Amino acid sequence: MNENPFAEALAWLAEPTRWSGASGIPARTLEHLGYTALGVAVAALIAIPLGLLVGHTGRGKSLAVAAAGAARALPTLGLVTLFALLVGIGLTAPLLAFVVLAIPSLLAGAYSAIESADPATVDAARAQGMTEWQILTRVELPLGMPLLIGGFRGATVQVVATAMLAAYVGNGGLGRYIFQGLGTQNYPQMIAGSLLVIALALLLDLALLLGQRLTAPRGLRPT
Amino acid sequence: MTIHSTRRHLLAAIGAGGIVLGTAACGTSDPFEDADDTGGDGSGGSGASDDGSGGAGGAIAIGSQAYYSNEIIAELFAQVLEAEGLTVDRQYQIGQREVYMPELEGGALDVLPEYIGNLLQHYDPEAASATPEEIHTALGEALPDGLRLLPFAEATDQDSYTTTSDFAAENSLTAIGDLAGIEGLQIAANSEFEVRPYGPEGVKEVYDVDVSVVPVEDSGGPLTVQALTDGDVQLANIYTSDPAIAANDLVVLEDPEALILPQNVVPVVSENVDETAEAAMTAVIEALTAEDLIELNRRSVEDQASSADIAAQWLGEKGLV
Repeated sequence: MNENPFAEALAWLAEPTRWSGASGIPARTLEHLGYTALGVAVAALIAIPLGLLVGHTGRGKSLAVAAAGAARALPTLGLVTLFALLVGIGLTAPLLAFVVLAIPSLLAGAYSAIESADPATVDAARAQGMTEWQILTRVELPLGMPLLIGGFRGATVQVVATAMLAAYVGNGGLGRYIFQGLGTQNYPQMIAGSLLVIALALLLDLALLLGQRLTAPRGLRPT
Repeated sequence: MTIHSTRRHLLAAIGAGGIVLGTAACGTSDPFEDADDTGGDGSGGSGASDDGSGGAGGAIAIGSQAYYSNEIIAELFAQVLEAEGLTVDRQYQIGQREVYMPELEGGALDVLPEYIGNLLQHYDPEAASATPEEIHTALGEALPDGLRLLPFAEATDQDSYTTTSDFAAENSLTAIGDLAGIEGLQIAANSEFEVRPYGPEGVKEVYDVDVSVVPVEDSGGPLTVQALTDGDVQLANIYTSDPAIAANDLVVLEDPEALILPQNVVPVVSENVDETAEAAMTAVIEALTAEDLIELNRRSVEDQASSADIAAQWLGEKGLV
């Protein structure tokens, strides 16, 4: 026990038996990614249309900013417990909490993406006879795509780092390693679980950063 | 998160304890030195030990775990000792055994309500489950010099296989063994239940029961109880002194083979506890039944009464003060 716990955590990760089976690292990582994807997707269904509407019309912006800011302050573990007491254990409760966690970044990303389009460009599009829908989808969205993906990036990283809480109320994911390590004072396992979550968060962050770069309109790309 | 706040309380408590001891002893030149020593490595209490145990007529320091029920028991001891005319120094809500046991060994604490099974496993992680008497004997031998056990109470606060009265009636269940043959059993418990000796492997071995763990990480709290009453699981690990068992008409399945380590309440005391103090505390232990402990807990959880009020009322009813 007196050895370096980080070295022990790496040894824990290197153990081949941990890389197969229903409670193995690949299975738990997939569960973790699944919870993250589901949470961000549901949040996007709510936040993106709302954000586009706010950005395009310019109406309700102060309300959206205030609501997003307030939602950021909610403690996610508290939400998981509260929702679980309301709907029971299982995936619904943590999923609702992840949706609340993801909405602010997505909403902010969406309306700032639309807002970022140069008003002169938007006016030019309108003068050419484009409908509002065409302006949104052919002018504002392509120009703001990096910011929109930036919203996804923020939301995804936050949810993937928090998705361990799914294990608090009867689910899988990498949180299982962390909670079990905590309960049995197996700190190498706890650190190993945390390292996996960190690695996952960094990978997703990099992938979405790449997405941001690739979707930047040619004229706006830094040279 | 839990660990963090516990540690912070703990350091505060240890710091305060060290300072009190330092000043009380009058011989210590720098009280803060003591506090640093004690807080730093958790075992450097040797200086404090001399100060603490030497003081005839000095205050008896009573500690408790960071667990509301443990604090109530500590308060029972505190009040009977005060009724004997002794001075008591309350050091409640100290976190983990890994940290407060060295404080007891070092003499910074004199009394701590413990649970026999968990305490034995602290000294002997391989200790197998046995009857409370056997564990009490083994524990008496395992304790380091300077510490001793008083008798254990009937009251116990242990892990359990608990089910709803409906499920028990449908399957005519009274003991854990009656679960054998039922398929798809799931138990809501903290995830460490998976690797405990009384977890799925142990129950398979001893009672031939197949059960899988659904991790619910609130240590038998409201989420665990709700998972059971909602029917998400058929079983739950709920501490046997939890008032939620009676409140929800739950059934604790009997454990005739002693698969689950008994956790009867037992005070661990230092040499600073003399015969008078020991007799007063033993009287509390002899009076404390399983039902009493549940009722004490209920007064805290449901009535939100303070541990001091709960203890005073119970001791009055039992005629102990």
